[in-house]
This record gives sequence, structure tokens and C-alpha cells, in this order.
Amino acid sequence: MELTGEEENMLRGERGESLAVAYRILLAIGEATEAERLIPVKWAHISGVNYNTIGDSGVDFLEEFSKSARVVIRTTINPMGFDQNKTVNLSENFTKKQMSIARSYHMLGTTTSFTCVPYEIFDIPEKGSAVSFAESNAAVFSNSILGLLTNRESALSALASSITGKSPYSNLLMDKFRHAKVTVKPDYELVTELDYGLLGYFAGNTVSDNCIGINAGEEKLDTIKAKALSAAIGTSGSCGMFTKEQGTKQEIISCGKQEVITIKDELNTAEDGDLIALGSPQLGLNELHLLAALVEGKRLKKRCIIFCARAIHSQAERLGLIDGIEHAGGEFMCDSCTCLTPLITRADFDSVITNSVKAAYYLNHSNRVGVCLKDLKTIIKECADYN
Amino acid sequence: MNTCFKCRKIVGGYGTGNALLTEERINFLSMIDTEKGIIEDPHHQLSGSSVKGAVLVFPGAIGSSVGAYVIYSLKVNGAAPAAIISTNKADITTASGCAISNIPLVDTLETGSFFAMRSGMEVKVDADRKIVCVTNRTF
Repeated sequence: MELTGEEENMLRGERGESLAVAYRILLAIGEATEAERLIPVKWAHISGVNYNTIGDSGVDFLEEFSKSARVVIRTTINPMGFDQNKTVNLSENFTKKQMSIARSYHMLGTTTSFTCVPYEIFDIPEKGSAVSFAESNAAVFSNSILGLLTNRESALSALASSITGKSPYSNLLMDKFRHAKVTVKPDYELVTELDYGLLGYFAGNTVSDNCIGINAGEEKLDTIKAKALSAAIGTSGSCGMFTKEQGTKQEIISCGKQEVITIKDELNTAEDGDLIALGSPQLGLNELHLLAALVEGKRLKKRCIIFCARAIHSQAERLGLIDGIEHAGGEFMCDSCTCLTPLITRADFDSVITNSVKAAYYLNHSNRVGVCLKDLKTIIKECADYN
Repeated sequence: MNTCFKCRKIVGGYGTGNALLTEERINFLSMIDTEKGIIEDPHHQLSGSSVKGAVLVFPGAIGSSVGAYVIYSLKVNGAAPAAIISTNKADITTASGCAISNIPLVDTLETGSFFAMRSGMEVKVDADRKIVCVTNRTF
């Protein structure tokens, strides 16, 4: 990859150590993806905000990095470990380290959105705009549904883009890579958001191309299903985009009921759960509308934590959705999400019920609790009684 | 006996260690213990093995974008691989993690190189000279 004279100077550290680190990262990913140059991007979305994901070395790195660096484009950030406005019973160390991370991102000048669904909150640049999104579900959703152009950036490469305003011109930023060579075609009917999550997990695990074809029949996927599909593709693989186009030259991989049952058996490690956790990705307004309708006039028999962005929570409050869901026993946690939250641990819960394949994967592997995987309508049907 | 192969440099530097080979991709966030470098996922081919001081030869990272920070944690904790060889084109998570951790990273090895490599063999990765050498003690 060729750098301009000015970029070379920054790589050498003439404008400070943080910019030098950022250009070192961009150069490495530019070489890896065979870019010839860097191009401007309009928006960076950064992951690596939850202390449970980046650890002590991440805390120290960000503290140092944020001393001299400032973002030069709109920059939003992923969820952290807990809800800032609620008193939660967490270790002093976790709280201290988490707040240090939040402070570093504030110093950098990011919008401290604490959301993994920035595409449901902020205004979307026009189709074809290049952005730099870490957080795999956001990258996959934005490429596939919104027509934004982003590679599946890492936490560090999106951070580098935020302070340079640039990303290597490669892979999914280029039209020629935004076409699928392989299409996954389920040979059964998909009904629920969980069906789409399981299909996405299969597709991401099976195909390692940048762009994957998904032929699931429906003319237009609704946002809830598209989110489930995007998040699961992001979890199991490296693919950054799905498309519906069906070229004649594409290889077709069939996804049978048996393949899906095998994946579900691997993720579904408990028959029931002590807690219902909803929100990985965090719930959007349409999901809160649906949930409010499902629990209307009912009472949840189990604890139910709903993770959503604070911006979505405020809107939902004005729409009367929060009252309804809380009345049924739901508890809201803003700023955070199911994956790797310190709020869900083996010490408090043996197993958790969720409708998210992404949540199921990380609850099993990282939070180390059992998971009972069901679609939302079934969860509410089984876990709520009429008043 | 030393057998050397040309490669492509992604992150420069020199590292040597015993090869740790896998055909399976790695989700760094969910699969690796950052204190000891041990791959903990019971379903992974390398389950129970440690990347510490090894030359990790793998197809690439999957899943979480935070994997880059996990590679950095391994480095800070002294549990990082000595070098990484990507059998596919290097991915963004691995490349960015290696870039801030100064872990040499190469990909696109000459044809035939992976046939010469077995887990446990000593491998030297000279990313700056774009060369990977394998020492086979059984010869």
C-alpha cells in the first residue's frame, strides 16, 4: 500500500505517538487486504468498550492513546459492561476500570453511545458511503441492508480510522468484492428470528468469503430477522456482508434441517433457564414494540433483562413501551448488552433463556452459563401468565 | 535440515518458536485465556494447547472484532505467539492486533510450504526478509 508524504510523516510519529500507532494499524490491514491506498471514511464505529473484552492492557492502552488523539469523523462506540444510571452489584475493580475506558473514549471525542446497533439510532449516510465499522453485526447489517461500504474492521482498525478519518480502499469498500460467489440456500421454511440466526451461524461458519449469498425466499427481510442474521454471521465467521442476488455462476450450498439442528444442539446447552436475556444485538424500537405487545396483560414468571441503547430507551419511554414492559416484570439495562456483561455470571445464574444466537455463543463460551435457545414468541408464551 | 519458503510480510519483525498448526479459525475473544495463552474452547482442534512462544500457523480470526485487543493482551502478559503465519490471506483482526503488539505476521507462503510443516517443528519467521524457515530435526 502506498502512503502519501503526509501519511508517511504521521506514521513516523511527527504528529504524535497515537497517530503513528493508528497509521501502523492501517498499514498492516492495508497490506493484508491488498489495498493500494487509504480513502476517507465518514463514520467510525468502535468496539472494545466493555472491560470484560479488552482487559487491563486495553484499559492502559486507551488511557495512553487518548492523551494525544482526537477523532476527526463521527465516531460511535459499542456497549460497556453495565447501565451507568443503575446501582449494580459489581466489583470495585470492574467499575473503576470500566469508567476509565469510558473516560478515555470521552477524551477521544467519541459520541459515547454505548450501542452495538448504531444503524438504528444515528442518521445513515447516503448509500455507497465508506465507513469503518468494527462490531461485526453492525458491519454486516450496514453493508447488506443499508448499502454502506465497510470492511469487517477490528476494534483497533476502527479506532485508527476514527482519528485519521481513513481506511484502506480494499475488499468490501470496492464494488467487485460485494458479490457472492457462494449462496447458502436453506431447504426448509424459515419462520422466526431464531431460524434466521441459526441460518446465519451456519453461513458464517461455512463460507469464509467477504460476501455471502443468502437465498431464504423472502422478498424483503424485516429488520428483526436481518439483525438476527447479521449478528449470527458475525459470530461464527469472518464474512462481512450478505446479499440476495442470485448469479448463475454461484455455487449453491444447501443448509438442511439436520445442519441447523446440529448447530442448535451445540448452542442450546440447557433445558430451561433462571433468567431471560434479550438484546444481543441490543433491542431496537421495533423489537420493543413487539415485546410490549407480547407481554400486554401478562406477568413474566422469570427475571427478564432487556438490553437496549439509552437513546432507544428514551424514545420507547415516550411511546409508552417501557411502562408496559416493566409492568409485566421486564428490567431494562441501558449502555450494555448480553455478551460478556458482568451482570450475567455463573455465580448468579446456572442458565439463561435467549432468542439470540450471538448471545447464546458468548453466554456459553465467555460468560460460561448454560443457554436455552428459543424464539421470542415461544419464550413469552412459556414464561408469562395472564394477569 | 532447514527448508525455507518465501512469504508476504504483513507486520515486520523476527520470531522463532515451535509450530502450532491448525486448520480451524480462532475467535480470539471467546477461545483464548489471555493470562496463559491457552486455547480453552473444548471444540477447537487446539484445545488445551498454548500459543505462548509458539509460531501459530492458522487460517485466520473469526467472530469478535475485539480479538485484536486479545492479541495485545497476550503480548502484554508475555503469553503471545513468537510469530503468526496465516494460511489464508491475513485478516484485519489478526493484522491490527499484531501491528500494535509487534508480533511478526506473514501470509501467502510458497506452494508446498505447509506440507513441510508439522506441529512442534522449529519455525523461524523473518517477516522483514519475507522468509519462513522450518527445521526438521528428524532428518
